[in-house]
Amino acid sequence: MKINDLILRTVVQFVVFIVLTIAIYLFFAGHYTPGGGFVAGLVLASAVVMLYISFDTDTVRKGLPLDFKIVAAIGVTLALLSGILPMLFGQPFLKMSSMNIQFPLIGEKTLATVMIFELGVALTVVGVVMTIILSISEGSDD
Amino acid sequence: MIDVILKIALTLFSLTIAISFYRVAKGPSMPDRIVGLDTIGVNLLSMVAIISILFGTKAYLEVILILGILSFIGTIAFSKFLERGVIIERKSNR
Repeated sequence: MKINDLILRTVVQFVVFIVLTIAIYLFFAGHYTPGGGFVAGLVLASAVVMLYISFDTDTVRKGLPLDFKIVAAIGVTLALLSGILPMLFGQPFLKMSSMNIQFPLIGEKTLATVMIFELGVALTVVGVVMTIILSISEGSDD
Repeated sequence: MIDVILKIALTLFSLTIAISFYRVAKGPSMPDRIVGLDTIGVNLLSMVAIISILFGTKAYLEVILILGILSFIGTIAFSKFLERGVIIERKSNR
């Protein structure tokens, strides 16, 4: 039987980009308001899960050739490095610093090194969640 | 005045969720249950929006976005499981 899921695929192709935008917003909003790396990672993982549900494993692997175990490993390494790096300058472990920088168009913004740690957390969450979901779904294939 | 209207709306939305939950629990067929769950998601989202107006805060707007995403994913995952018996396919047959 030929399966007709044109509506689902067309909707998902647009909605995935909206979800990715929300993930980036949550990632940058996490300094003073709800959000942060963990939630951004979960929303990113939900976007990828949406692609995997509406398309199939082979198609998504061809368009998104990522091994999610390696993504998780990169995330943990990044978070660990952002913790170790201040120790080289005589600061305690996980000491975070920030500085104010004048940007040309948007004015003065604060750049903080906690962003690197949050990026590591987000990549770790994406990698672990996608690894769990894909290994569960591939286990029962006959 | 607007507070009273918003509280009446909250009451009606919770009544709607109760009726939808009856459909989820009792529902004669599985598609009825899925539509009931989707209705619960949409009404929960509206309740969060009204609570956000009532409290006069913007802190709950992320809840609306994320609840919308998760409700959508849940609905399509349930529907695909009912339709084909597998959620993530190895290869699409077409």
